[in-house]
Amino acid sequence: MAQIKVEALDKSFDTFHAVKAASFTVEDGQFLCLLGPSGCGKTTTLRMIAGLELPTAGTIRLDGEDVTMNRASARDIAFVFQLFALYPHMNVRRNIGFPLKCEGIGAAERDRRVVEAARILRISHLLDRSVSGLAGGDRQRVALGRAIVRKPKCFLMDEPLGALDTEMREAMIHELRALHDRLGATTVYVTHDQLEAMAMADRIAVMNNGVVEQVASPRDIYDRPASLFVADFIGSPPMNFLPFHGGLQTGAQAIRLGERDVAIPAAREAMAECELVLGVRPEHVRFTDRGMVRGEVYGTEYLGTTQIVTVTTRYGTLKARSPSSTSFRTGENVGLDFRPDTLSIFDKASGRAIRTALHEGGAHG
Amino acid sequence: MTSATTAHSVVEPSAATRRFAGSLVVLYAVITMIPLVWIMLTAFKSPDDAISYPPKVMFKPSLEGFCNLFTTRSRQTPDFIRSLGPPQGLCDSIARSRNMVVAGPSNYVPRFVNSLIIAFGSTVLAVALGTLSAYGFSRFRVPLKDDLLFFILSTRMMPPIAVAIPIYLMYRTVGLSDTRLGMILLYTSVNVSLAVWLLKGFIDEIPREYEEAAMIDGYTRFQAFVKVVLPQATTGIAATAIFCLIFAWNEYAFAVLLTSGNAQTAPPFIPIIIGEGGQDWPAVAAGTTLFLVPIVVFTVLLRKHLLRGITFGAVRK
Repeated sequence: MAQIKVEALDKSFDTFHAVKAASFTVEDGQFLCLLGPSGCGKTTTLRMIAGLELPTAGTIRLDGEDVTMNRASARDIAFVFQLFALYPHMNVRRNIGFPLKCEGIGAAERDRRVVEAARILRISHLLDRSVSGLAGGDRQRVALGRAIVRKPKCFLMDEPLGALDTEMREAMIHELRALHDRLGATTVYVTHDQLEAMAMADRIAVMNNGVVEQVASPRDIYDRPASLFVADFIGSPPMNFLPFHGGLQTGAQAIRLGERDVAIPAAREAMAECELVLGVRPEHVRFTDRGMVRGEVYGTEYLGTTQIVTVTTRYGTLKARSPSSTSFRTGENVGLDFRPDTLSIFDKASGRAIRTALHEGGAHG
Repeated sequence: MTSATTAHSVVEPSAATRRFAGSLVVLYAVITMIPLVWIMLTAFKSPDDAISYPPKVMFKPSLEGFCNLFTTRSRQTPDFIRSLGPPQGLCDSIARSRNMVVAGPSNYVPRFVNSLIIAFGSTVLAVALGTLSAYGFSRFRVPLKDDLLFFILSTRMMPPIAVAIPIYLMYRTVGLSDTRLGMILLYTSVNVSLAVWLLKGFIDEIPREYEEAAMIDGYTRFQAFVKVVLPQATTGIAATAIFCLIFAWNEYAFAVLLTSGNAQTAPPFIPIIIGEGGQDWPAVAAGTTLFLVPIVVFTVLLRKHLLRGITFGAVRK
């Protein structure tokens, strides 16, 4: 297994700049998710690591070795495709054994390793079946089998669960994570599904428009988003944004929102007067009659133990998560309050998060 | 699941519609089959029956057409024929009944062999070249790709015979006229544009993940192409091969113009089989009937692929 180091990776297709100076490191044995909306460059980045695309600029190091321009076959990696890419003219056994055959490994050794991989993935009973008759989850297991059978330096997975139905996907998320823990394989996993990323990853790299916006643990990504995009993309419903005009002094503990002061984590940098945005997670909105923001209940969405309450205020529409036990009437006038230590401040022009005490609580991203 | 209900279905045609559509198809099939059936019947007629008026549908079958197709005969005096002893084989006895003796084999078999070599040779070549370039166009960022593809297609835009005179002069100069190689090259160059376009469609449909997976697993691109792409392109290759073969097999105009003795194919040979007193229609019909056999066999063998080939792209998997 190996460390993957991506430095200032750039890729252009003619006039389209797909990946812009992407840099991140996947430590040995780590599970990194590349997360972002479609077209953000995450798959292109993965394909460059695999050697299926050559970067326009930048370097890729596998265990310190510069492999940027190496052929895919010379990199000793395994790739799992969204559509599985199982060879339809081969049965399961030959599909899993195919990488070993490419390497010229003898039939006996090949069979031993195929059987072992099949045992790990619990598909031993399928070995002599044709791949075309398999269910989605089993196909994915065969594709994983083809990846693990060779014991490569790392696994690259391109939305491997994207083609599965919800139920199968849930099961495979746990299986994949368990497999990762068992093999300790360095893994880069591309997905547009934040739940998948949150559930599996050690670290998440959020990409948007070809730019890596933040690389951090799932918790840091959620609690301490580095940009407006990350804050908006992660979380369902996403973070509430309250735009305001003002400046910040280093050490400031409050901002001026309308006529009220709102307590925030102490600022660690100064901002001149400009357009700023206050970010509040729905679960950090509290209903209180003495709240600093007043609004009218627009509607509620019942989610079981919690509900999402939409409130129209003078700062825009806010969504709040509250226990289902509280009942709200549409049109009811409510007061809202925010949990001060959880708030994020963003510079509206650049989208960047302004450093505050929030980023000191064990953050390392 | 045939149901006995009278419920109206939006996707299943009604019985009346089905009968109507069925009879249309049958009618069309009959109309297209009539000339073929007529040719086959003529092949088994005697020369007199073949040109009788009104045409005979019922007749006494004869193999004279096939005999005349495969042999050359010379007219002899009855005395000479009587001095020859017993006839050798069926054809000899038929010939003797018309005061002739078999003088030797006709040119039909060599012409037929030429047709086989030239048609299959050019088909193999066109499909091989077509597959490789279709793969290239499908998978790589080829500069001026669209222009090149249009240029390849544009070679089909005029009737090939429009360039017959230049090709004739060119072939005479380089010594390719009346050679099998020349005909193979000519038919290949006509077919390769069709092959590229057809096969590009098929290869575009094969997800590139397959060969990418193979390349990550340690194959070179060419190995991945041979071991992974080709097996999945067999349908397209078979369909393309049939189209190419049918063209090369039936081609008449260039064959007339560019071949005479050495490399002549069957199509220009068959219509000029002359019997006594003009065209030997049973022999012509027999030659045509036999000429149909290889293409029918080839098409029947590959018919599943052909059907899928004609409708390719219509259904996404």
